[in-house]
Amino acid sequence: MNQWKNFTKGFLKDNPILVLILGTCPTLGTTTSGINGLSMGLATTFVLLGSNVFISLLKNFIPDKVRIPAFIVVIASFVTVVELVMKAYLPDLFNTLGLFIPLIVVNCIVLGRAEAFASKNNVFSSAVDGLGMGLGFAMALFLLGTIREILGAGSVLGHKFISGDGMLVFILAPGAFIALGYMIMLANQMKKKYIKD
Amino acid sequence: MLNPKDSEKLNMAKKESTFGNMLMALLIISLVSSTTLGFVYEFTKEPIRMVEINKTNAAIQAVVPPFDNQPAVESYKVASDLDSLRFYPAKMKGVVVGTAVETYTKKGFSGLIKLMIGLAPDGSIIDISVLEHQETPGLGDKIDKAKSDFSLQFQGKNPAEFKLIVKKDRGDVDAITASTISSRAYCDAVKRAYDAYMSTLVKNQ
Amino acid sequence: MEYILIIISSVFVSNIVLAQFLGICPFIGVSNKVETSIGMTGAVTFVIVLATVITYMVYTFILIPLGIEFARTITFILIIAALVQLVEIILKKVSPTMYQALGIFLPLITTNCAVLGLAVLAVQKDMNLVQSTVFAFGNALGFGLALITFAGIREQLDLLNIPKPMRGAPIALIVAGMLALAFMGFSGIV
Repeated sequence: MNQWKNFTKGFLKDNPILVLILGTCPTLGTTTSGINGLSMGLATTFVLLGSNVFISLLKNFIPDKVRIPAFIVVIASFVTVVELVMKAYLPDLFNTLGLFIPLIVVNCIVLGRAEAFASKNNVFSSAVDGLGMGLGFAMALFLLGTIREILGAGSVLGHKFISGDGMLVFILAPGAFIALGYMIMLANQMKKKYIKD
Repeated sequence: MLNPKDSEKLNMAKKESTFGNMLMALLIISLVSSTTLGFVYEFTKEPIRMVEINKTNAAIQAVVPPFDNQPAVESYKVASDLDSLRFYPAKMKGVVVGTAVETYTKKGFSGLIKLMIGLAPDGSIIDISVLEHQETPGLGDKIDKAKSDFSLQFQGKNPAEFKLIVKKDRGDVDAITASTISSRAYCDAVKRAYDAYMSTLVKNQ
Repeated sequence: MEYILIIISSVFVSNIVLAQFLGICPFIGVSNKVETSIGMTGAVTFVIVLATVITYMVYTFILIPLGIEFARTITFILIIAALVQLVEIILKKVSPTMYQALGIFLPLITTNCAVLGLAVLAVQKDMNLVQSTVFAFGNALGFGLALITFAGIREQLDLLNIPKPMRGAPIALIVAGMLALAFMGFSGIV
């Protein structure tokens, strides 16, 4: 298998957020700024990479009928590791992302990749797949966060370029939905133009 | 992708779903994961505790004069109307110089607001900082000192003379423009802390 | 009175889907028809209330006394997964008609983040058992309200001529944004 293709598919062709529309909850909930979006994306990437590698290693050991509970245990363990490490060394970030860190467990992307890819492929391919998908997810979150930050707070990565407030609605819940809607529309257009499979 | 030969081999090696195999697999996975988690927990326990203590200390330091004791260790609970509030006494050479009170209100525009309030021994307000809130950005979030000067008007005021009610309701507090509900909620939280503090004074006399 | 306030605030003021961004997958995925979204609401309400009560008890009476609060996430998700299985099996035996109605939604509920999210929120908020139950029930109602309203709007949307790239998820998200804007009008009433 072409590993480069395997890696890059997560960015546009099979982007979890923009094309597969999975994991929408953390996408909307944590993207109040570019940095928050990126951190959430990287935390998810770590879990995705870890769970993909482990599940691929264990795929022959786990009987089919109990595979979902077994996958969930593996994923939940990685999530708890992220939770504890973040709480200890990045407490401010942990407070901002809050509830959405434990909720990585139920992020459809993680279980989805475990079931659809890692349980069928070898360790290396699974690692590449997890990394690519995770970074694609992180990229989309970073983009959405940056767009919302520019429109809503008038700043880029925390540096303000206008005085006063921006269009506050983009920091609030409604703006999240609307901005993501337009982003998916653009991705649809781009996909049609550049990718012919 | 796997070529057909490989996948055949894969299927051969796959454990069958017999009861014993299933039990074994789940048991081993749970054991490994719980051991790992226990290990990570031990490793991060101390840093997490330090972070929490530092956070409380920083919040206390922000609202009371310099102290040389451990307010977080000497803290105690005082009954309030609905619940109880946590008091952190700040002492300098054994004399109480101020008390930080962790207070809250549920009347915020988006629910809960938590404040840390520093009270001087006579009950006047030294300073106030916001610990937690979900007020609207650009409007209600001005209760935060970083966002506007709203909270400065409370500094040095004694609630015995300074009525903790917004001017609209015939009090003395200048509300945030277009955020009367957040301002009212803020006053409610401050008043809760003050009342609880005064009740301890009455009891001690 | 206190319980009524909890319900009003969780249904309208901080609606779980439109203000807290939980349970959006089924919100976008299953809400094409009013009928299916009513079925989904039924199944979700049932699981949410049951899961919150059980996880609350496990957390308070087992995890805290043993000092292993850090195992919260893993315990909760396993309880929820087991619960969903159990509900499925019991429903199949006790009420086949209801099973038929809810059946297809049940497996989806394990990965509905509203369920785990509420279980975690309930123990984070220092509420007692009754308050948590009411809180869970109120939020489930809020989920239902958002889902059914949204399905009603989407049924109408199908009849319109929407620009091609906007069809599907994009227009659904933008409509959800409008709905969230409308729900913001409720803040401040409690």
